[in-house]
Amino acid sequence: MTTSTPTQPTADQALPDEDVLLDVRGLKVHFPIKKGVLIDRTVGHVYAVDGMDLQIRRGETYGLVGESGCGKSTFGRAVLQLEEPTEGEVLFDGTDLASLRGEALRRQRRHMQMVFQDPLGSLDPRQTVEQLLLEGMRAHGLADDAKAARARLSALLDAVGLPKNALSKYPHEFSGGQRQRVGIARALSVDPKLIVADEPVSALDVSVQAQVVNLLEDLQEEFGLTYLVIAHDLAVVRHISDRIGVMYLGALVEEADADDLYTSPLHPYTRALLSAVPVPDPTVEDTREQILLAGDLPSPANPPSGCRFHTRCPWRQATRCDTERPQLRVVDLPGTPAGHRVACHWAEQIASGELRPHDVDMELTDQTLTAGPVDTTLGAKGLTDTLP
Amino acid sequence: MTTQASTTAYPSGAGGGEPLLSVRDLTVTFGRGGRAFTAVDHVSFDVQPGQTVGLVGESGCGKSVTSLAIMQLLPSRGNTVSGTVSFAGEDLLSLSDAQMRDRRGRDLAMIFQDPLSSLNPVVPLGTQVAEVLQRHKGMKNAPAQKRAAELLDKVGIPDPTRRLKEYPHQLSGGMRQRALIAMALACEPRLLIADEPTTALDVTIQAQILALLKELVQDSGTALIMITHDLGVVAGLCDEVNVLYGGRIVERAGRHDLFARPRHPYTGGLLASIPRLTEERGRRLTPVPGSVADNIPWDHGCAFAPRCASEIGVCRERTPELVPDRPELGADRLLRCHNPLESNPLDDAPTTEESGA
Ligand SMILES: Nc1ncnc2c1ncn2[C@@H]1O[C@H](COP(=O)(O)OP(=O)(O)OP(=O)(O)O)[C@@H](O)[C@H]1O
Ligand SMILES: Nc1ncnc2c1ncn2[C@@H]1O[C@H](COP(=O)(O)OP(=O)(O)OP(=O)(O)O)[C@@H](O)[C@H]1O
Ligand code: SF4
Ligand SMILES: [Mg+2]
Ligand SMILES: [Mg+2]
Repeated sequence: MTTSTPTQPTADQALPDEDVLLDVRGLKVHFPIKKGVLIDRTVGHVYAVDGMDLQIRRGETYGLVGESGCGKSTFGRAVLQLEEPTEGEVLFDGTDLASLRGEALRRQRRHMQMVFQDPLGSLDPRQTVEQLLLEGMRAHGLADDAKAARARLSALLDAVGLPKNALSKYPHEFSGGQRQRVGIARALSVDPKLIVADEPVSALDVSVQAQVVNLLEDLQEEFGLTYLVIAHDLAVVRHISDRIGVMYLGALVEEADADDLYTSPLHPYTRALLSAVPVPDPTVEDTREQILLAGDLPSPANPPSGCRFHTRCPWRQATRCDTERPQLRVVDLPGTPAGHRVACHWAEQIASGELRPHDVDMELTDQTLTAGPVDTTLGAKGLTDTLP
Repeated sequence: MTTQASTTAYPSGAGGGEPLLSVRDLTVTFGRGGRAFTAVDHVSFDVQPGQTVGLVGESGCGKSVTSLAIMQLLPSRGNTVSGTVSFAGEDLLSLSDAQMRDRRGRDLAMIFQDPLSSLNPVVPLGTQVAEVLQRHKGMKNAPAQKRAAELLDKVGIPDPTRRLKEYPHQLSGGMRQRALIAMALACEPRLLIADEPTTALDVTIQAQILALLKELVQDSGTALIMITHDLGVVAGLCDEVNVLYGGRIVERAGRHDLFARPRHPYTGGLLASIPRLTEERGRRLTPVPGSVADNIPWDHGCAFAPRCASEIGVCRERTPELVPDRPELGADRLLRCHNPLESNPLDDAPTTEESGA
């Protein structure tokens, strides 16, 4: 990638060290695109995560939002070392995870657990809930004493609101919401510090979704957990997060306290995103102004130069936007807290109203396909089957 | 968009203009005998030309089965459909397969959540759209191709002439949904059924598609049945909303009325369980307890009773009927509940502090 400048940790982002549980710097995950039947040739890369910097404080909930394919899940997986980073570092509790191997990494992993969107897909269908929960506990030596283990199991069920008889049941015997409770219990079983929850409520009906959201909040309080919550539902994210990062094509474009982000979004993409969320209130719906974005998310295999959002940005300017990649920075605006950072060259002028939105050239937004048959929804996952 | 719905009230059948679509006692049962399961249970509603009617409810409440029954797209075996579906005065349920195939695409069209499943993967897009025009409008190939390009352009697909040669997998989800809408519009249908058309899409793309649908209803007077579980989508788009629970309509109201004064405890529960961008942060969500697995059969009482905070003795003894709510609320407001809500649960929702969480 010639257009991207390497992201350096900037001085103004540093939180007091002892507060930070997870510290990610300049993280990149690039997937090679292979072609050819007999000999695999690498014909390009999917820049799934391309320069992520973020810190999560102990005990806080950090929400990560962005369009499908922008790299949220890949980021979450890379944080847990389930995906090998191409570049950058992940410091957990002060330890660089990339420096850990084998047993040391395994021991560290116990403190970082994942909860998935699809509880059924992530739970082994042949294991009972008891076996599922014991598996992780055994691996980390938490089930050596049978009596203590049994007490722990029943405390876990209690904490996530499942009945005692759930232990002998199989995942398919539960409703979606209950399965998500099993998934959460499994994550909790090894007493982690950080839970990465990737779309934990997206597959659930709204009434059940609220039960799980409340559960996550209660557990955080009870066990002092730190959360990284990945989700595309902005209302849910705002509800549970202390701080929120907005991702676009592999990197953060804005980061702020949940309230600041929603009351004064600074990045054009964040503004568009927030204005697009349907609100269950007809009076609001009738009057609110929407910023309709043109086109789709460009392919992460061929990201636009300069600001990655410039092809769809209603505030795009003739200079800088398509040549210079904006870095996440503190803006020079009265009343904007230092924790509110944005990656846009023109954030100040846009906030003051000096720059106004304009129409976007549709041809510009359409470079996804001129670059080849890369599908933004199937993403590169579908690429190998669709390439001739 | 903001005009109040003036739909014929069920069960009276009297009122405003002639409805384009009139569904009466639509019932769909899967299986037989002891295994029989009624997915849609005496559902009745009307749709006027140019009107958008919403069907909302959680997974499994019967939204898709209702629309598939209207379109006669249910599997040919294993189910029983009863009731009437009159479209412009003609009962669709009594038409032959061939007659119905002709109606679909010409008078009625449907778009689905997953556009890929309704597009042919091995036929170029242009050919697929042109085929609809050739079949239903008797157009020749060349003019059909030209019209197809116009349609793609109309739904906001850039560079339509090039796109006509592409295959569905070469398009993004949003583009595919647009292409499907273009196909649905090809014959200027009088009724469009959209089943969760934006559920699989990102919010920014969803906003584009919803704007497109709104424009369509306004400009061409197409009647639209909008099926969704997203109350936000309903709030912005539907003139009239039907809330489904366990295969039955439990509440019907104009959208302003429904959100301002939900009367059915299930509707109120849904509204209180969703966080919203426009409210103060920190409200503790109040979920509807349990899940649909707790339902009791409708013929024993109210199916929602086991999950309902307003339950009273009669709820498990007598099945509540769908009847006009209160005279002062108008004849279009229907409700199926023995003990309806007197106030909006959102107005006195507990905050985090109060609930002591
Ligand atoms: N193992 C892989 N090999 C190649 N490409 C991949 C791989 N995993 C993910 N990608 C691609 O990387 C990009 C980012 O994917 P990712 O799953 O992280 O997105 P996401 O933001 O989680 O999206 P969603 O909201 O749809 O879950 C996509 O284009 C995806 O196709
Ligand atoms: N072909 C079928 N055979 C048997 N049962 C079916 C069939 N199709 C649907 N059902 C059942 O009918 C009920 C209603 O299903 P339907 O698809 O209408 O739900 P829905 O409201 O559209 O839900 P969702 O929001 O998940 O799409 C469900 O319980 C479903 O399992
Ligand atoms: S840098 Fe330019 S293109 Fe990017 S968001 Fe700001 S104004 Fe838009
Ligand atoms: Mg993901
Ligand atoms: Mg459905």
